Amino acid sequence: MKAKVYVTLKPGVLDPQGKAIQHSVGLLGYDGVADVRQGKYFEIALDAGLDEARARETAERMARDVLSNPVIEDYRVEVE
Amino acid sequence: MKFGVIVFPGSNCDHDAYHVISKHVGQPVDFVWHRETDLSAYDAVIIPGGFSYGDYLRAGALASFSPVMASVKEFAGRGGFVLGICNGFQILCESGLLPGALIRNRELHFICQHVNVRVETTETPFTHELRAGQVLSLPVAHAEGNYVCDDETFEELRSEDRVVFRYCDPAGESGEPSNINGSRDHIAGICSRERNVLGLMPHPERACEDLLGSSDGSGLFRSLAATLAAVR
Repeated sequence: MKAKVYVTLKPGVLDPQGKAIQHSVGLLGYDGVADVRQGKYFEIALDAGLDEARARETAERMARDVLSNPVIEDYRVEVE
Repeated sequence: MKFGVIVFPGSNCDHDAYHVISKHVGQPVDFVWHRETDLSAYDAVIIPGGFSYGDYLRAGALASFSPVMASVKEFAGRGGFVLGICNGFQILCESGLLPGALIRNRELHFICQHVNVRVETTETPFTHELRAGQVLSLPVAHAEGNYVCDDETFEELRSEDRVVFRYCDPAGESGEPSNINGSRDHIAGICSRERNVLGLMPHPERACEDLLGSSDGSGLFRSLAATLAAVR
């Protein structure tokens, strides 16, 4: 089983790195880029014996308590 | 009175803090390794600057899960004095002992320079020997010092007089040019509701000797030592 966790900055939290990337792609000639937000992506291998509900619960808890900071970030979990 | 300086893998201002306590405050001090859990010998603990756990995941995040931080939370809950400097401030925010978060500097650069900060309140165990409005010259060295918090937290910090330091110019005025990292409302340091936990990005422990360019940081340690002498 694999959990995929996406951690993104909450809307409204300034993303200086995203802004720098947006600036750079603009200089490279990419048109129409209105905004870039940088986030984090985690792939977590879970024991094959875990049922899906348990795997999702574990991944959700990890995403909430460790992988994201609730003050500035949101997270989304996929289990497959 | 006895001080503890917490040491994580990657701490690099631990010896500076130790030096200041032993030499300038003239009090006993121990290094406390991050796997230790007994803080009963200490009246104050310092969480020093550095790059604990290489700043992996988020600055201060992994350190906040270390065994000693569970003890620091209990210690603070019992009224123990906790001073977090730079990475120590990031760790205090990550561990929930202080509200808000420190994100990447507005201009993305690692900033290593002397800055001016204004003392906003003397009603803390760490600043009572300073003057309100006093401008201190202190060094900073960080890439993630941009303080953010939600509106509710911000109002709470202001109404409870918990903003302890703000970035300013040499005359004590806060404006965008002096807000080196883009922090909300120029915030450089805040304290907990009970006022026994202080976190700040500048390094007072690196500014206690004129030889190092400034001794303006010594007032914090003098204040804390006086507090500890009075409560014992």
